[in-house]
Amino acid sequence: MSDLLDATAREIARAVAERKVSALEMAEAAIARVHARDGAVGAFLTRTEDLAREQARRVDARLADGETLPLAGVPVALKDNMCLSETRTTCASRILEHWIAPYTGTAVQRLLRAGALPVGKANLDEFAMGSSCENSALGVTRNPWDLGRVPGGSSGGSVAAVASGMATIALGSDTGGSIREPAAFCGVVGFKPTYGRVSRYGLIAFASSLDQIGPITKTIEDAALVYEAIAGVDPMDATTVARSVETVLDGLREDLRGLRVGIVREFDLAKLEPDVRAVYEQAYRDLERLGAELVEVSLPTADYGVATYYLIAPAECSSNLARFDGMRYGLRVEQADVGATYEATRAAGFGDEVKRRILIGTHALSSGYYDAYYVRAQKARTLIARDFEKAFAACDVIACPAASSAAFEFNAKSDPVSMYLMDYYTIPMSLAGVPSLSVPCGYVTPAGARGPLPLGLELTTPLFTERALLGIAHAYERGTQHGKHHAPPSLESAL
Amino acid sequence: MASGDIDVAYVAKLARIALTPAEVERLGAQLGTLLEYVSTLERLPVSDVAATAQVIPSTNVTREDVVRPSLPRDVVLASAPQRQGSYFRVPRIAGEPS
Repeated sequence: MSDLLDATAREIARAVAERKVSALEMAEAAIARVHARDGAVGAFLTRTEDLAREQARRVDARLADGETLPLAGVPVALKDNMCLSETRTTCASRILEHWIAPYTGTAVQRLLRAGALPVGKANLDEFAMGSSCENSALGVTRNPWDLGRVPGGSSGGSVAAVASGMATIALGSDTGGSIREPAAFCGVVGFKPTYGRVSRYGLIAFASSLDQIGPITKTIEDAALVYEAIAGVDPMDATTVARSVETVLDGLREDLRGLRVGIVREFDLAKLEPDVRAVYEQAYRDLERLGAELVEVSLPTADYGVATYYLIAPAECSSNLARFDGMRYGLRVEQADVGATYEATRAAGFGDEVKRRILIGTHALSSGYYDAYYVRAQKARTLIARDFEKAFAACDVIACPAASSAAFEFNAKSDPVSMYLMDYYTIPMSLAGVPSLSVPCGYVTPAGARGPLPLGLELTTPLFTERALLGIAHAYERGTQHGKHHAPPSLESAL
Repeated sequence: MASGDIDVAYVAKLARIALTPAEVERLGAQLGTLLEYVSTLERLPVSDVAATAQVIPSTNVTREDVVRPSLPRDVVLASAPQRQGSYFRVPRIAGEPS
């Protein structure tokens, strides 16, 4: 069974469907693996062993009844900002440390319906605010490639769980890069679909106009499999898009002939460290080798992405997080009157980064500053989205780095702005809403690293073209096989 | 847009977060740096540009106005910091009747 744990979701689901292995055996193998490895990695805030077994029994029974389940017996890690009924759902925050979700969110529900087994709730930066997972108030997650380094964030627990073989797939959420940057840091695939493709019902809101759930997997094919299971309109989320979801699994390509790949002029590789730059230059050459034509495109406002994002996302966060007031759920620090209770509860319940963002957002929305900050940022967002439209008139897909470096060491980014700049390459796509993913593209060994560290190539296509995006990424993955060149150093146990 | 111009104690009051004087100083310095960074947006000519709230074209999403089952009351109240019977118990929000 433990061999199968290192297989892809596609292979596991096939083996379980053919009854070569039961879903319950897969659950037991995954549970044993989590016991053996999570002490070192720290991917999970809550282990859901009983639920995994219960769900496995249901899956086995449904298969016996003749049902077809595309994710039968596939162990999944769920980012802990997604509600799973009767399970602790914390957002890695003290304010929700003991909160038990009273319902299951739509994307999670769809994964369970497809036969996946929830092995645990994965760590994240508190309320998904961060790029290293260091902002979790409830635990430390380490990068399986080098335990002295961060896994990236905010979906750090989700990517670490997949990279260390404790889960075959994971769900993450991406607001400004929170799926793609950590996926790059941990050498896995991280895919943010078009805004509105996947229901946010049951995803605890950070910035509602940007938040999007997506798959974290070992292969593009698995990302397509998970996407087909979770995408589509949901009456519980009015921002899900009514248009039908194209199938993606049958659109996976073997080459890139006839495609134009846009290389962004403003994303000058000369700004990167020489070893990182060499990996991306090779990645662009590989795209060409696979049949694509490289064309230069321009995103003139991309340089303003981080500044735009750090007004819009905090503004939305300050509004969304107003609900955490200690009255109906979560932490309450009782004081003499209700106002003092709000203030003491939120002071004790939120960590520094969440406070910073609430304060910046409150400031940007406050009387006298609203037009200068918030409205100006919304206008900048229009320009950024237009840049993508213009660029896609000249190319089919944009290729660029997913992050400017490999995973860094703990405490390496002490000032907030230097951490925010980690999302330089992912934020513009989030602001434009377009589908975007990170796929492994090579390795570097910086001074002091224990071994090679993965890098990710970010690929982006126009709104609602997930089929094209996954097809292209699959051809690149097949044509380079980077995911197979190295594996994270073995983690204590051979399980 | 006045860069670095933020009255942290006032904004914290609006956001209902109690801050110690040390936090006001530390967060204030950090937010000042951030505001200076975002002030680069002043360089973008945006006067003729419409604001984007959300990138996906969708308007007036409605549903049938029908009664649907809600979450069970006891399940929801189980999360309450304090409950009294079938109610949330909260601190007094009004003064004594005068």
